[in-house]
Amino acid sequence: MKTNRRSFLGGVSTAAVLTASGSAFAQKKYDDGATDKEIKIGHTNPYSGPASSYGVIGKGLEGYWKMVNDRGGINGRKVDFITRDDAYSPPKTVEVVRQLVEQEKVLCLFNTLGTPTNTAIHKYMNQKKVPQLYVATGASKWGKPKEFPWTMGYQPDYHTEAVIYAKHILANVKDAKIGVLMQNDDYGKDYWGGFEEGLGKDIGKVVKRVTYETTDPTVDSQIIQLKDSGANVFFNIAIPKFAAQAIRKIADLGWKPMQYLNNVSSSVASTLRPAGIENSQGIITALYLMDPTDKQWNDNADMKTWSAWMDKYMPGANKNDGNYIFAYSVAFLMEQTLKKCGDNLTRANVMKQAANFQKQRVPLLLPGITVSTSPTDFYPIQSVQLASFKGETWNLFGDIQSAEGS
Amino acid sequence: MEQFLQQLASGLANGAIYAALALALVMIYVSTDHINFAQGEMAMFSTYISWQLMSWGADFWVAFVAAVAFSFVMGVTIERVILRPLHSAPVLSIIVVFIGLLAIFNSVAGAIWSYLIKSFPSPFPKSDFGIAGVIGAHQLGVVLVTLVVLGLLFVFFRFTPLGLAMRAAAQNPQMARLVGVRVDWMLALGWGLAASVGAVAGIMVAHIVYLDPNMMGGILLYAFASALVGGISSPGGAVAGGFIVGVLENMVAYAGNQIEKATGVYIIGNGEKLTVALIIVIVVLTVKPAGLFGRVVVKRV
Amino acid sequence: MPAFPKKWLAVLLVLAVVIPLLQPVLPDIVSNYRLFLVSTMIIASIAVLGLNLLTGFNGQISLGHGAFYAVGAYTAAILMDRLNVPYWATLPAAAIVCFIVGYLFGLPALKLEGHYLALATFALALAVPQILKYKWLEDLTGGVQGIVLLKPEAPFGLPLSEDQWLYYFCLVVMVFLYWGAANMLNSRSGRAMMAIRDQPMAASTMGIDLALYKTVTFGISAAYTGIAGALSASAIAFVAPDSFTIFLSIKFLIGLVVGGVGSLAGSVVGGIFYVLVDNSAQALSQFVRNDLGVPFDLSAYTVFGVLLVALMYLMPMGIVGGVYLAVRRLRSQR
Repeated sequence: MKTNRRSFLGGVSTAAVLTASGSAFAQKKYDDGATDKEIKIGHTNPYSGPASSYGVIGKGLEGYWKMVNDRGGINGRKVDFITRDDAYSPPKTVEVVRQLVEQEKVLCLFNTLGTPTNTAIHKYMNQKKVPQLYVATGASKWGKPKEFPWTMGYQPDYHTEAVIYAKHILANVKDAKIGVLMQNDDYGKDYWGGFEEGLGKDIGKVVKRVTYETTDPTVDSQIIQLKDSGANVFFNIAIPKFAAQAIRKIADLGWKPMQYLNNVSSSVASTLRPAGIENSQGIITALYLMDPTDKQWNDNADMKTWSAWMDKYMPGANKNDGNYIFAYSVAFLMEQTLKKCGDNLTRANVMKQAANFQKQRVPLLLPGITVSTSPTDFYPIQSVQLASFKGETWNLFGDIQSAEGS
Repeated sequence: MEQFLQQLASGLANGAIYAALALALVMIYVSTDHINFAQGEMAMFSTYISWQLMSWGADFWVAFVAAVAFSFVMGVTIERVILRPLHSAPVLSIIVVFIGLLAIFNSVAGAIWSYLIKSFPSPFPKSDFGIAGVIGAHQLGVVLVTLVVLGLLFVFFRFTPLGLAMRAAAQNPQMARLVGVRVDWMLALGWGLAASVGAVAGIMVAHIVYLDPNMMGGILLYAFASALVGGISSPGGAVAGGFIVGVLENMVAYAGNQIEKATGVYIIGNGEKLTVALIIVIVVLTVKPAGLFGRVVVKRV
Repeated sequence: MPAFPKKWLAVLLVLAVVIPLLQPVLPDIVSNYRLFLVSTMIIASIAVLGLNLLTGFNGQISLGHGAFYAVGAYTAAILMDRLNVPYWATLPAAAIVCFIVGYLFGLPALKLEGHYLALATFALALAVPQILKYKWLEDLTGGVQGIVLLKPEAPFGLPLSEDQWLYYFCLVVMVFLYWGAANMLNSRSGRAMMAIRDQPMAASTMGIDLALYKTVTFGISAAYTGIAGALSASAIAFVAPDSFTIFLSIKFLIGLVVGGVGSLAGSVVGGIFYVLVDNSAQALSQFVRNDLGVPFDLSAYTVFGVLLVALMYLMPMGIVGGVYLAVRRLRSQR
């Protein structure tokens, strides 16, 4: 009887809201995917296929929502996290996302992974007016509230990061002759675009740029070409496997350029250790997350909480894998977003709350880096800090940097 | 000139990788007439076994021998359990089974050992091996190991009764059966040997490309091309084919690089080196359809 | 294998036309998503039919039909994006382009047989995504970014949703193409095609021009798959090199073999399987974990692999072949 009356009352209040629009304060309002009991969130991830190393992000997110549900959910609502495999294939993403939106009727998508895959559903999500929040790609195209008001990124975009490296090279390396290794896809292109912009009129300092395909067994041949070009600065735009190969090959060849490594491969466990700690000394990268292998965070409260969460919800998982750090931090932000929505769980309000963070602290971000968004700023994290590799860890240096108004 | 030498050396080193896996492909082809698309993933799985043993404290060579032995058993088991019942199935169905095996090995390895790349030790000491600045110790080691495996196979097939029986079973099963060779066990042995050779390839490759469940993805194609260039039924041809493909690929990139340097116009580069290398391979095959070292089989009418 | 009974074919077609119209009555069952899913099955079945014409009926193996699918999709996308050609007009264009590409590829392929042809086609499938990114083609293909397109809408103000319209459009194309294929296979040329597959020597002594038939079959096969690619460009409204990896070609091959080599009905089954298997593999792995309570995390990819091996075990001749055998066995027992 009780539930009946409640749903009846709910019906009345929605009707009241519809007639007296505007006075919706503290009323329960729901779109598809939200009820008194649960909130449905959709997610896609390449659990199979060549990009399957990212699958752990999906697993990590699942573990996070399990923890949220174990402590009572968000404002009393359990999170129903539905994750689907898209094998990193754009047509498959379209298919599973349509299933999530139209059949499962999720409230929003969260942290869908990959640039081409998110591009394939970009328009669709905005036509359907379903939030596509905190996508797991650093492309710079996810922060355009005017054209795409339903899509928002999360991490610092590749473009901004590359601008910062370019500025650092110009300020610190005399007579720089730069060699660039990049993956031949839109991730590589995005970095390269930022790098070009950052160098500006000094673009001529890039003496050689070579690409690789993810089907290449090694990038040895490319590194030989770069060395031959006489470069004294090396910008490494590669995913961990190839970034590590490049660093090791450079050491094998006895080439000693100043090395810049993209954040994508900044994980100590998956890039620098395989490349050889001794070969990695002095490499510069830009960071925004803590590295799980870095001892300087051992006593950090966030790191301790994270570690306890890993033990409880991800038993047996590799704690050195930085993807779990990423998953935890982005899921935290999503949780905050939904918390702020209160009982007004409409898609419009989810977007409104997502675009309304002021210096929000998110665990596992580097000290001093926070999340800020606004209706015109759809880039949650815009700051990074440069770090150079010394001993077995990254040593942060300089101020926290952000690209001006991207 | 320095670049040319380095590209050549790196091409040879990559070629040795392709050659090692191509050898495994040839082993199965010779005994069963199939091209095993799961060969790369099987080799990857074997490599994980040796990695696991080492992480439990085993010595490199102990883990190596154990993994090779394990792979032999694995190969024999797969042939007996999965392929034997499909003996009379059409070729395309067998290919689908291989793709299924590929998916299973890949995903099970991912589930057990995660997709995070792992570094893999090299047995070749850095100091005494290799030529500084041109080729690394491990890469030279891989070339040598590949040649040693080829030599062992040659000796096995030429000079041992078992090797002879296996060749007989593959070339003329009915006659072999008449003289008392257990033909179906010979097929299983072929699979076992192929899996062992694959394990050697995987263990050699893993130091170079790092160990992860997808490490053989790209390499399998090159091995496939190498085996065909050399003539799919000839182990020596497969090794030669591997070196040819490896060097060819680097030379395409090198040539493109030189052209761009000289003329300033980009024509081919790293993005196209695979395509160009494959086109060359295919052109060679249209001229010599049985591969460079393959025997031409005369069709009977 | 016997032809599918005409009576049943008619019933199926009527159902295929009528069911989507029930959307206003049964919005949850005949949803736009399901119609879209069926459209992707139709598209896949056309692609598999293309492969079947070559591999199943003419005996030339191809591991690279994804390449023709990509060429078709890009032809359509570039025409729509650059020249504002309407989506329906891109199909014949894609067919012509792919026919030419397929015919030309068929010329060197004449010299290659069996595994060598498999390698050559495999190489083609690998090369195409790289060619799409080639520096001098980037302006046309959009390079690594690909091309974002608009979804076709129902013409003449028909009261159909985009997905309903897409479905009917695909259905008409499919019926037309299957009808064409069936007629071709029943003609003199079709018998020649199959004779080449079964008895190449005998065929050539009987005066069949092997080279001509083989290359033209290659062209037609590529054109069929290319049309499927063009349809997919409209359906997905996005093309990018990442959509056409080697796995696409492999999945077409799986569709072909699982459906039934050398059978038109098999191509349809193969197309359905191609789309369904991913979804069902994930559902199955979740079922094993959540409902059966198996603690081991069985990934969808594992289930997919086991499914393939099991299917080949049970029905080495594909689903259509297996069903046919089962029916015949049942009948003979009576």
